[in-house]
Amino acid sequence: MAVEDCEPKGQVKLLGTSQSPFVVRVRIALALKGIHYEYIEENLQNKSPLMLQSNPVHKKIPVLLHNGKPVCESMIIVQYIEETWSSKAPNLVPKDPYDRAIARFWVAFVDDKVGPCIRGIFMGRGDEQQKAVEELVANFLWLEEALRTSGKAYFGGDEIGLVDIALGSRSQWIKILEKVTNIVLIEPEKMPLLRAWMERFLEADGVKQVLPDEAKMLEFASAIRARFAAAPAGN
Amino acid sequence: MEVCGEDGQLKLLGQPYSPFVVRVSIALAVKGIHYEFIEEDIHNKSELLLKSNPVHKKIPVLIHNGKPVCESMNIVQYIEEAWGNKAPNILPKDPYDRAIARFWAAFVDDKFIPSIWGVFKDEGEEQQKAVEETVANFLLLEETLSGKAYFGGDEIGLVDIALGGLLVTIQTVEKITNSVLIDKQKMPLLSAWADKFCKADRVKEVLPDPATLLKLMWERKAKMTSPPAGN
Repeated sequence: MAVEDCEPKGQVKLLGTSQSPFVVRVRIALALKGIHYEYIEENLQNKSPLMLQSNPVHKKIPVLLHNGKPVCESMIIVQYIEETWSSKAPNLVPKDPYDRAIARFWVAFVDDKVGPCIRGIFMGRGDEQQKAVEELVANFLWLEEALRTSGKAYFGGDEIGLVDIALGSRSQWIKILEKVTNIVLIEPEKMPLLRAWMERFLEADGVKQVLPDEAKMLEFASAIRARFAAAPAGN
Repeated sequence: MEVCGEDGQLKLLGQPYSPFVVRVSIALAVKGIHYEFIEEDIHNKSELLLKSNPVHKKIPVLIHNGKPVCESMNIVQYIEEAWGNKAPNILPKDPYDRAIARFWAAFVDDKFIPSIWGVFKDEGEEQQKAVEETVANFLLLEETLSGKAYFGGDEIGLVDIALGGLLVTIQTVEKITNSVLIDKQKMPLLSAWADKFCKADRVKEVLPDPATLLKLMWERKAKMTSPPAGN
């Protein structure tokens, strides 16, 4: 695929890994805005000098480099993309300050509450895992309520917005988690809007083209799960 | 105190010694915005609080014309955007500078708060580890201050508020645990910043009283280390 190096607003590079849902967030934002960029795959076991120099504090991906200047942390990058290319539709962040505050609230909720639960279910066993499942279901019910209040196709309204990107990027992982653990996390009867939203999001233009390959993800997830769920070695 | 700000009715649900509430008080003070402060008892939360923040049931909550905004740094950004025409601007205009400000504000929330809490609640080796982590994080912030009066530049900005709201709490934790977190020799810029921030006009009026906070935190520490009641 030919990649234009020079956008009207300069050169854009994205450092990432193919499996990371955080990188997917940034790719979705760039795709929705129609911004061309150079994607550089990082090896987390052998981080490049560019990555270490661009994100010396956390040494993590994604990192967006715009005209050589690095922006770190996925949702900060998404907001940066919106503000830098604000005249390019669609708008990922609402115009009204109150609606923005609500969007940021739910983004923080996804990262602070949903994220750790997903991790807990993935890595946990027995009681610990069950507790994480109950917590995640409770969190999803809040999000179901938020969707009901919005009354629209997406958390952002008629178009994909900040919250859709924050939660949607984890959708594939949620589905894969359901497969490897055999637990239904988003029950269609209890959370019809959320389930429908997820399917809609994964099929949306701008999203489906940048999602990692599901079969590879399943393989990757199963391997990690096998390591964590295996009985501890005896002495 | 005027109950109605220029842009409508504003209430802040909080507790004057909570560093998260202090952040919001600072932002409102710096912008010169009037509001009604409603003190909450966190052991007996009001109907208004539970209705306004049903998800987390926590303070601070800012209620603007009856609509609630939750989570301290989210509230601070909301204040900036809703009163964008009122100087000073808490967030820079340039998108890149904003991204940098948001990065460091997130750093304060994700890294500092857990490590300072660790210094306060832990003992022995665990506590020592938390002290080292806090100091390492402060050294990173020291680097970003070079050549500036505040993290925000010439005026108080997002990062100043994010960290500044925690300052009296940090100083109190230092006293209680007999540890040095903001080291004058290792972090001269940060020490000077802390001093300037605590004395800044509009800020100093909303900072918690150090003597009262010390008493409250000693009580809290005592509850944590006393053996649990029981048979």
